[in-house]
Formats: sequence, C-alpha cells, structure tokens
Amino acid sequence: MALLVDKHRPRSLDTLSYHPALSARLRALAQSSDFPHLLIYGPSGAGKKTRTTALLKELYGPGVEKIKIDARTFQTTSNRKLDFTIVASVYHLEITPSDVGHTHDRVVIQHLLKEIAQTQQLDALARHRFKVVVVNEADHLSRDAQAALRRTMEKYSPNLRLILLANTTSNIIAPIRSRTLLIRVPAPSVEEIAQVLTSICARESWTPIPALHARIAVDSGRNLRRALLMYEAVRAQHEVVTADTPIAPPDWEALVGVVAREIVAERSAACILRVRAKLYDLLVHCIPPTVVLKTLTWALVGLLEEGGDDGVKGEVVRWSAFYEHRIRLGSKHIFHLEAFVAKFMRIQESYLMGMDLDF
Amino acid sequence: MAGFFDIKARKDAAAAASSSKAPTTKQETPRTQPWVEKYRPKTLSDVTAQDHTITVLQRTLQASNLPHMLYYGPPGTGKTSTILALAKQLYGPDLMRTRVLELNASDERGISIVREKVKDFARSQLSNPPAGPAGVEYRKKYPVPPFKIIILDEADSMTQDAQSALRRTMETYSKITRFCLVCNYVTRIIDPLASRCSKFRFKALDSVNAAKRLEEIAGNEGVMMEKGVTDALVRVSEGDLRKAITFLQSAARLVGATQAASGKVKEGDAMDVDGESGATVTVAIIEEISGVIPDDTISRLQSAMQPGKKTSRYSSVANVVTDMVADGWSAAQVVSQLYEKVLYDETIPDLQKAKITMIFSEVDKRLVDGADEHLAILDLSLRVADVFAEE
Repeated sequence: MALLVDKHRPRSLDTLSYHPALSARLRALAQSSDFPHLLIYGPSGAGKKTRTTALLKELYGPGVEKIKIDARTFQTTSNRKLDFTIVASVYHLEITPSDVGHTHDRVVIQHLLKEIAQTQQLDALARHRFKVVVVNEADHLSRDAQAALRRTMEKYSPNLRLILLANTTSNIIAPIRSRTLLIRVPAPSVEEIAQVLTSICARESWTPIPALHARIAVDSGRNLRRALLMYEAVRAQHEVVTADTPIAPPDWEALVGVVAREIVAERSAACILRVRAKLYDLLVHCIPPTVVLKTLTWALVGLLEEGGDDGVKGEVVRWSAFYEHRIRLGSKHIFHLEAFVAKFMRIQESYLMGMDLDF
Repeated sequence: MAGFFDIKARKDAAAAASSSKAPTTKQETPRTQPWVEKYRPKTLSDVTAQDHTITVLQRTLQASNLPHMLYYGPPGTGKTSTILALAKQLYGPDLMRTRVLELNASDERGISIVREKVKDFARSQLSNPPAGPAGVEYRKKYPVPPFKIIILDEADSMTQDAQSALRRTMETYSKITRFCLVCNYVTRIIDPLASRCSKFRFKALDSVNAAKRLEEIAGNEGVMMEKGVTDALVRVSEGDLRKAITFLQSAARLVGATQAASGKVKEGDAMDVDGESGATVTVAIIEEISGVIPDDTISRLQSAMQPGKKTSRYSSVANVVTDMVADGWSAAQVVSQLYEKVLYDETIPDLQKAKITMIFSEVDKRLVDGADEHLAILDLSLRVADVFAEE
C-alpha cells in the first residue's frame, strides 16, 4: 500500500489544496505561448515538487506521467566513469546533478543539457516545441556547474526550458537568478495542514479528529510531508485514535531529546562521555549532523524556557550557529557536536554560578 | 527519381523546403525569444551608457585595427553585447561564423581545449568575402579587417593552467587573430594575460540610463506600467540591466497571461491582449518575482529586535524568524535587506553600527560557506538585538 503522501499527492494544478494564487499563476504561465525558465524555491515539504509535476502535466497533458528510468554513463576529462540516473518521459526529464558529487556535476550539466538542447522535440503533435529539464537540488550545484548553465540557458532557449528546484536562492549565483523567473512556494500554514489532514480523512473514510489534526500540524513545523507521515504513523500505531493520542516523535528525535535533558541536568566530563555515545549512534544511523545540532539546539532552548533568561538562549543559538558552520567546513562531525555540548555546559554553568567567565 | 543526380534540381528543392520552413520559425521566434536577446544591441552605438568604452571602440572600428581586449565589470552591463555588436559591425552576417569563435563557460575550456580548439582556430586561414562584385559590395558595407576574433566569455571561470596556455598563443598568432576576454572579476585573470590586453571597465548602469532603456522596451512591447515600476525595477536589479529586462518580461508575462486566462481569451493572444485591455504591471509584482522581501516583514523582524520588555525578546525574535524561514525567504536576501535597513537608520549610533556590521560580515561568510539558514538568521537577529540593547 502506498503511503498517504504518495497516494494523495495532487496530480494536477486544479487539485492543489493551498496557495490558489500561485496555482493560477502557474496555469497562466503554462497556457501562455512563451514559458520562461523557472526557479522554484521554498522550504522542504512545502510542495515544490508536487507543483512542478502538476505544472508539467498542464504543459504537456497526461503523457508526462509515463516515465522511465534511464542509467547513463559520462566520462570526465580524467577518464573517470560517472554513473548517472535520469528520470524521463517523452517531454521532460529530471536530473539530480548533486548525485555525482560536487566535483563532477559540471560534466553532467555540460554534456547532458547540450545533448538535449541540440535535439528537437520528437513528438510532432506535442503542445510545445521545447523540452523541460527539471533540476533537483539546484542549490547544491557547484559554482562551476552553475556557470555552465548560464549561456546554455540563453543559447538553447528554443529547445530547452529549465525548472530549477531549490530550498533557498542563497547558493544560486546571481547570473542564474537573473535569467529565471523566481517562484516562491511558502510552507503551508498550520490551518492549511489541518485542512489537508481532514480532507484525507474523508478520502480514507476515517473519522476526522480536529484536535489531533491541529496538534500534528503544529508539531510538523509547517512541513506537510512530515505532517502526513506523522499522521500515518499515529494511525498505524494505535487501534483507536482519539484527540489525546500521543504523537510519537521519530526515534532519533526522541534520542536527541534525551541528550538535551541529560546535558541540562548534569554538567560534567562524565556526562559528555555518555552523550558522546548517543551522538555517535545518531551519526551512525545517517542523521545529518546539521539536523542533529539544530534539533538539539531547539530542545535545549525549549528546556531553558522555564529559566527564561534571554542572555543564555542567545548565547546558545550563537554557538550553535558557530559550530554548525564548523561542521560544514570540517570533516569530522562528532568533534563539533561534542564541542557544542561542552560549550553549552560551560555557558549554563557560568550562568548558574552568576559569574561571567570569558568565553 | 530521375532527378536524384540532378544537383541543380535538388538544390532548388532544398531551397524551396528551407524557404517554406523559414517563415514559420521566424513567426515563432519573436514571441518566444527572451527580450534580453531580442533587444541585444545590434550596433555599438546602441549600447547603453558605456560612453567612454564605446567611443574608443568606434575609433578602432574606423582604423580597422584592434588590440587584444579585456572587458570586465559587474553582470548585466553590456560586456558580451558590446563585443558581439563590434564583431557584427566588423564582419557582417556572412563572415561572423568563420571569423569569430565564441567560447563560454558552458563549453569545456580545460587546457586541452585551449591547446587544440583555440590554437587551431587561431592559426587557420582567414576566410574572405565572396569574390567578384558581391564581395566588393560587402567590403563597402563592412570593414572586414584582416584578423579573426576569439571571444572567451566568462573568462574568470577558466583554470589558471588554461589561462597560462593562452599566453604564447596570443602572441604567436597576433597577426591574424585578436582575443577578447570577458569577465566579471579582473583579479581572476592571471597577470601575464591581463598585461597583454587593453582593459575596458564596464561600470554599473546609472539609474537614468537604465530607466530610459526599460521604458523604451516597455513601449515597444506594449507593456502598461504603473507609476514607479521602472524605479522599482532599477532598484531591485542593482545596475544589472539584463536582470531588469528579465524581470520586466516575466512581469509582463504574468500579467498578460493571467489576464488572458481570466478573460477566457484564446491562448496565444496573450501578448496582444495586454496591450489593449490595459493590464498593468505593478510594483508589487516586480517585488514578488525578484524575490525581494516585502517591507512589513522586515519591519516586523526589526521591531521584534528592539529592546523593550526584556523577557520576551528571544521568543518574539524566534517566532518572526521561524515564520520567515517557513515562508521560504532566502537568508541572503534577509541579510542584505536587513543590512540596508539598519545602516540607513539615523537613530542608531555609529558605534553600534560598527559592531552590527561585524556581525553581518560574519553571518554572510557563514552563508556563503553553506551554513544552515535558520540558525544563521536567528543568530544574526539575536546578536543585533543584543547590540541594540547595549546602550
């Protein structure tokens, strides 16, 4: 059985449940004769991908849903072979260049896009002469790959349109931003998520429980995908679901919560050692270090709530941002996580002692 | 079938086929063409607002001699346009293909390409206009100087090695080949190359010239604009004319297209419709498509940062930041807009501003390194708020 997320994913622009103005705009773009390059950005779980697929359907009709997966091999200048997967239909194709890593994504962009751009649309009856290339995770493209996109976008515009999907525009170089139409997809509001959950209840013929829906919506942090997964988990774990059914957080989140409580309760070298084992456990289970650090920070700040001192919280966030940056730059993640834990203990201790130890 | 070997008949057939095909493509291009390409300057005198460079180049056009050139300046100031216009004026349409080689970052430009492709082109024979009276006529129209031009666009993304490989090539074939390097950052071009070229700096467009050009294009395309739209365009594009034109086109498309869809007009008429029915481009649309954060969102953040009831400052700032992140505003945009807001605020003492600037520089560096946006913005706003509270 398919997950709720996939089962009830809207397939066309008309069935999208929120941001009606945006849907109207996308439909208008799809129907107009000139379709620009798009850069669609927004937080994860906001519905960027869903909107893209719906837009493609609007552009070409149901033919885009017939997709096949294609494995390709590229050769770099240093004769290394790169394996690359492409998801394609007759009208469009979808690539995730960051799969091949930061150093080689340029090769894929250069070869693949040019090849596509130089061939014409095969289907003579197609509604548009151009093909669409959807680039996932465009904000993870290296500078070189983005530079390679620049002229390609202008030169081959008769045969090719790009849809770039990104979480943020910060890492997209200015020349690309100036060549695309920016479309922002904000995360759905808490009420909108609750509405979506209710409508899914109707479709699954479950009895809707508004209070539970509201709680899940708040807990999901305005991430619809997460909300749906949480809801499904709650439904699967409990026979009878009521308004106060506990929403079990994912295992890793629970573990981070435990870590946070331990650190706040005890500040000693022994505690760091204990915590270290747990942090290692998280990393071994492939939880990205940034996510661990962020969750830990929010948990710590939440625990400090009772103390209610702004100074400490500000300090915690400050060092969290500092070590997060270090994680990006460094190569051994556990060091920085531990350093943050130690730093937090020190901040907390000096605050409780009422002394201003210099940091 | 008898005519298969009849070359003349085949040529006629081919010509007929191509001529029947040509009009259809021609009909389509103007509409689908980006305005940036459509309004790319055709001659040197069309280039907007780079008077100094253009006068120098006009003179070389008459003298029919050209040094190696290095164009540098911020994006969207007309560097590529200038060299393309110059080449067109020098060689005319027929010889463009054989006399000009354009390479940019989308082409492979490693050292091997410089050694092979560039070198081969540099030493190849000059092509000539057709012999006979047609050629004489052609020469009257275009100077056709006795050298080829190699344009290396976006040269700052070439590797050091590839650049050094160019050094000797540039000198050896200088009799029949001129190089033109185009880049954003002149510092990324190695010294030996830079010293072989005469440099032309393209300055960011001033608002008067940019506005004039934008109004011209809007007039040509029949786009109705609300008052203040050109100013908004100039402001959000920061001297980048290409960006401004793209924004204008996107806005016109959105307005025109929405109009067409809501009025149930047949597709394809969209472009004609917006001229007649008077759908206007508004400042709000421009801000939306350029990704600029609306003023009240920024003000909300700013007021949350002001020292007031001391206990709630963290939570109020954190709430605003969480909302902003969920709404998908990009951190880089937040940083730059907040920065402007704070720096132009007369009520903030200089000492505080100096401290705040330090924080901004640090956060900006983190963002460039790819740090997490939520943490970075929260950290930034909390620390700035701390500085406000200091007094």
